[in-house]
Amino acid sequence: MLLRAIADLDPNQGLVSLQGRDRSTIPGPEWRRLVGYVPAEPGWWAETVGEHFGDWTAATAVLAKLGFPEEAQSWPIARLSTGERLRLALVRALIIRPKVLLLDEPTAALDSASVATVEDLIVTRLRAGLAVLWVTHDVGQARRIARRQLAVEAGSVREEID
Amino acid sequence: MASVLVLINAGLSLIFGLKIHRSLLIAAVRMVVQLTLIGLVLTALFSLVSPLWTGLALFAMILFAGQEIMQRQDRRLSGWWSFGLGTGCMMMSSVLVTVFALLTAIRPSPWYDPRYAIPLLGMILGNCMTGIALGLNTLTTSLMLRRSSVEAQLMLGATRWGAAAPVTRDALRSALMPTINSMSATGLVSLPGMMTGQILSGVPPVEAVKYQILVMFLIAGGTGFGAVAAVLGGVYRLTDARHRVRLDRLAASQAI
Repeated sequence: MLLRAIADLDPNQGLVSLQGRDRSTIPGPEWRRLVGYVPAEPGWWAETVGEHFGDWTAATAVLAKLGFPEEAQSWPIARLSTGERLRLALVRALIIRPKVLLLDEPTAALDSASVATVEDLIVTRLRAGLAVLWVTHDVGQARRIARRQLAVEAGSVREEID
Repeated sequence: MASVLVLINAGLSLIFGLKIHRSLLIAAVRMVVQLTLIGLVLTALFSLVSPLWTGLALFAMILFAGQEIMQRQDRRLSGWWSFGLGTGCMMMSSVLVTVFALLTAIRPSPWYDPRYAIPLLGMILGNCMTGIALGLNTLTTSLMLRRSSVEAQLMLGATRWGAAAPVTRDALRSALMPTINSMSATGLVSLPGMMTGQILSGVPPVEAVKYQILVMFLIAGGTGFGAVAAVLGGVYRLTDARHRVRLDRLAASQAI
């Protein structure tokens, strides 16, 4: 719910700003291109994988790193596993080149090898200047990647110090 | 004599335990009373030929049709929108098309002669009503079912119109389907009521057919305008200026 509110998908209160620009001064679609959001259950609006990517050639480079072949373009969405969907949705959000990425358990349905590749991919992007707000239940994952950790407990947020 | 047929139907319902004989008989009685009353009202209106009274009668027809659109929604828009959107769009398109036909094709004198205006608006209104009711209903139900796919496009920076385009298309298709079906089946499967009526009252069939073709075009035009306006209005209402999906603007679902 917090991530949906930051991406401005539900009516919400509070101030959100990006690089000093208040969210209310930026139109909704432009805000969501700057602040990408990958939900835990991503949605699909067409039948095949390729139709969900504006620029398939740009996507293939990133998709290859996550183990998707070139011909994945014609795969029907209905036959994908949950893990495949999560990884495709992540790439779909990344190729728009957002400044911030909001991730909701992006590795929840992945095997440990895929978890490692997804974490590597995100870490590379972090070094290139992407900011990520990553929701996870995996304390180990948080320790591996995060620079700041916030724990949500019983409705309140507190800072975790390593 | 023909009322015996309804009684036979009611008898069948009793025999097979369908439990619809009550509503069947009530509907039959309602039909007789309503038609008799409208016969009297039309007689009065036709002898008056007053723009005021004709206008009032047309307005009342539109309000009844608007009520019918609202009744046919599984999930209504909240507040005034539920009645206002459908009724407003229907009023705009059916009045526009009727006046257009009266001024260009039929040209009675005076142009607002109720003998032409009332039946014409009635035919256009009936079809426009069905189209708008179907279009709005498809819009709200498929927006509810496919919320995540619409939001997936919003998350990638699509505008509300872009993200809702597949849903909008579905809604418009189902709004216009009955009109398209009736145009393609007419003459082969069904003989339209107006044409049959004219033939029964002694008009040469070719004349009646010409009128019917005109009416069919008017119906298609009126339904198209009305449905496009209503569905786009629905998309506008169910999303907001921040390009969010706002299903909270639907009234709570009611038992049907």
